[in-house]
Amino acid sequence: MSTTPETVAQTATGVPSLGEPLTGTLIFERGAAESRCVEAPALDVPAVSLQEVLGGRTRVVPPALPHVTEVDLARHYEHLASANFGVDSGFYPLGSCTMKYNPKIDEQTCRLPGFARIHPYQPEETVQGAFELMWGLQESLAEVAGLPAVTLQPAAGAHGELTGLLAIRGYHTANGDPRTRVLVPDSAHGTNPATVAMCGYEVVQVPSDERGGVDIEALKALLDTDVAALMLTNPNTVGLFDENILEITSAVHSVGALAYCDGANLNAIMGKSRPGDMGFDALHINLHKTFATPHGGGGPGAGPVAVSAGLAPYLPGPVVGRGADGVLRLVTPERSIGRVRSYLGNFGVLVRAYTYIRAVGGDGLREVSEQAVLSANYLKALLEDAWPVAYDRTCMHEFVMSGGALRKATGVRTLDVAKRLLDYGIHPPTVYFPLIVDEALMVEPTETEGKATLDRFAAVLRHIAQEATEDPDLLHGAPYTTPVRRLDEAAAVKNADVAWRPDGAEA
Amino acid sequence: MRFIPVTCEEQVEMLVRIGVDSVDALFEDIPGDARLARPLGVPDGMTEIELAAHLESLAARNSDGSRVVSFLGAGVYDHYIPAIVDAVVSKPAFFTAYTPYQPEVSQGTLQAVYEYQSMICQLTGMEVSNASMYDGATAFAEAALMAARVTKRGRVVVSGAVHPEWREVLATYVESGTLDVVEVPASGGVTDAAAVAAVVDDSTAALMVTSPTWYGTLEDLTALGVLAHDAGALFVVGTNPILLGVMEPPASYGADIVVGEGQPLGNAISFGGPGLGIFACHKAHIRQMPGRIAGRTTDVDGRPGFVLTFSTREQHIRREKATSNICSNHALNALASGVYLAALGTHGLAGIGEACIAKAHYLEDALVGCGCFERVYGAPFANEFTLRYRGEVADMQTRLLERGFLAGLDLGRFDADDAGLVLFAVTERHTREVIDRFVEEVSAL
Ligand SMILES: Cc1ncc(COP(=O)(O)O)c(C=O)c1O
Repeated sequence: MSTTPETVAQTATGVPSLGEPLTGTLIFERGAAESRCVEAPALDVPAVSLQEVLGGRTRVVPPALPHVTEVDLARHYEHLASANFGVDSGFYPLGSCTMKYNPKIDEQTCRLPGFARIHPYQPEETVQGAFELMWGLQESLAEVAGLPAVTLQPAAGAHGELTGLLAIRGYHTANGDPRTRVLVPDSAHGTNPATVAMCGYEVVQVPSDERGGVDIEALKALLDTDVAALMLTNPNTVGLFDENILEITSAVHSVGALAYCDGANLNAIMGKSRPGDMGFDALHINLHKTFATPHGGGGPGAGPVAVSAGLAPYLPGPVVGRGADGVLRLVTPERSIGRVRSYLGNFGVLVRAYTYIRAVGGDGLREVSEQAVLSANYLKALLEDAWPVAYDRTCMHEFVMSGGALRKATGVRTLDVAKRLLDYGIHPPTVYFPLIVDEALMVEPTETEGKATLDRFAAVLRHIAQEATEDPDLLHGAPYTTPVRRLDEAAAVKNADVAWRPDGAEA
Repeated sequence: MRFIPVTCEEQVEMLVRIGVDSVDALFEDIPGDARLARPLGVPDGMTEIELAAHLESLAARNSDGSRVVSFLGAGVYDHYIPAIVDAVVSKPAFFTAYTPYQPEVSQGTLQAVYEYQSMICQLTGMEVSNASMYDGATAFAEAALMAARVTKRGRVVVSGAVHPEWREVLATYVESGTLDVVEVPASGGVTDAAAVAAVVDDSTAALMVTSPTWYGTLEDLTALGVLAHDAGALFVVGTNPILLGVMEPPASYGADIVVGEGQPLGNAISFGGPGLGIFACHKAHIRQMPGRIAGRTTDVDGRPGFVLTFSTREQHIRREKATSNICSNHALNALASGVYLAALGTHGLAGIGEACIAKAHYLEDALVGCGCFERVYGAPFANEFTLRYRGEVADMQTRLLERGFLAGLDLGRFDADDAGLVLFAVTERHTREVIDRFVEEVSAL
């Protein structure tokens, strides 16, 4: 194994090992049997016989939960947090995911008791402030999307896809035939084809052309009256705005099919171009990308869907509507596909997104997109002589580089490059997506990074390219400085250790 | 407010480096007809001080649980959330991270997920839990789809005693005809076992029930499980995890898939979202599960560590053949629930369960005793119960709201056949004093 300045710094601290620190232990292994943190208050009503009132359903073997004191918990989770990397830790150019800074005020507003402690079944007159917020958010999202009707129900991007596609299905069914196929570009995110299958449609792949857009001739050849929709990400997953977008959506409409936009890349075009004006009929918006709500280590996000007037009657209900009397109420669209989840949506996430939109305002949203695109193009300019860009054009808010040539020349894979970036304190870009780019590295800097951060990232990546040439093994072995190093994924499947059990319990 | 650190001077340097003379030049791929030629019609930005005041004024227009006494539940319960829970989920290293695709720098999230999965297995008695679904309703719908994959059968039988929104979500998920749903009406507030026996057959992928039910009643899971298994169907059971410190876990009744709404475990009610979809099953079915799963393994130096595992089920690898389209889940809510369960421990969770049950029975007794309500169901209940009001429900609720009470849920809003029925939920936060005052107010109407 090669050493690096970082590994030397890590191991040369000269501190002897004097017993194991508690790091690395499971919460189940901390504390003692009598340790307590939170306890139920003393009963102020008569005790009941559980056996009696539950009709014999009382638990025989208690669950083996942890038994810890509060200080054990505080230390445990602080230790875990220290083994994590978030946007507040450093640069996180994870393409397609828009890892922008999550403003602290959003975390404060969503915790106001007037939002955090209201129940979805309260009488409407007792939650007018919440409805006002949802209404305002619906209006702003509709304006950014260029599509008039919005549902805030979906819990994530993929859930929005399901919602939008089911609405499209509802629309076709009402016109006599749900149709059978949905077209999806070969560059699409995995959730797109997975959603198509869940909606009972057959996936038909559309090839990309040599400029990175939809191959328009191939698209036209695939279009017929069995096609229910085209699902397209625009700007697309190679970071380009499809120049033929108007021709694409009109070709789709010419056979009576509808155009669905995966809005994962909305951060590039706010105030510049609207999916509705591009001819899309439906769009999902990831509030956890474009509208700065935190990703939470994998959620919760929210995936509101904006649709055309023609699709509005099919949206899941209820949505917030304003009556002639000015009072906000829940209404269910006339031909609603039904609910896609319980209650009204990920309200806590909606509060954060609303807070963000009101913070930056309409002009601010345009500035966000302009800076996101400027920063991506700047970074691309700094890197392109060392790292071939898959499509050498002006990009939007992200761009995709190919590590294919590097791999051929040095045997160093994109995976190795990603792991080596960790040693420099940088989260890697998205790797191996989209599938149409060999050894892909998808870089999305976002607007919330300063120029110095971009400059350093470029310097580090250029240096890693040099390391790959001089000492490929250094990269094969990376990372060296992280809390753990490369993990054995095959063993994880083989051992299938997916839950801790008390000693001696059957696995 | 503005969250862009790049200065004007740096913007110019960037443009020079790119070789264009304006930012607009970077947007030239957008065809003219698709460009927005006017400012967005979104209100102007605010300073943080103005913004905080604006949001506070919106929040103040809602009657929240700190200002009214609420007996609303129906899947969302205002339990006390220990301070340590928010202290943990507020750590930026947790909440500003993405899905743990790079395990070397995501051990915090991954270990927390593994521990959460372990606790859910302990609570439900199942062998495997996933990392979370969006909410109880979507977990329920995904359970139906999974049962169909496991059994290769195309029909599920669903109890009419299940939360109506869960049933609605299931109906939406299978709208395209991917699965047939047969609903068996409830009888006496629980699943009608005779009606189930009449429809469950060798084309049935699953029998799907919840206990507690929508009405708060407890099902005879033993009998229902036998009906499902005799037909070779899976037994899908929805649960309320807050009760599992004192109640027998679904696994003991032969559940094959356990789902639930995890909100009660340390998550704010937050107008009903985000919730937490609990999803657990047998190890034998792990490859048919939806969602992410964390597993324990070792690194190249032999140190223990965690990764996302069994990923070949998932959309980023299997695309249209994936077990689900789910990508982002509700990881931060799962983290909160893990902290909550660890903070309470076996002892504390049992105490909370017992308090909810004892207080619910105390309230139920008092409401029946005061003569304003009558019992409609004979089945036992735990933390939530249904009674018939001897008067106009809407009128009673309006008048009690004036006195500061959200007097339960009018079930007639969901099903006309249930007009007159009111569902009450009780938590450990309801003191005897508050309950007594409520009963007095009801009696005085
Ligand atoms: C292009 C694209 N589509 C869809 C999704 C799915 O979004 P979510 O994780 O919110 O379900 C993602 C997120 O990774 C994405 O990048």
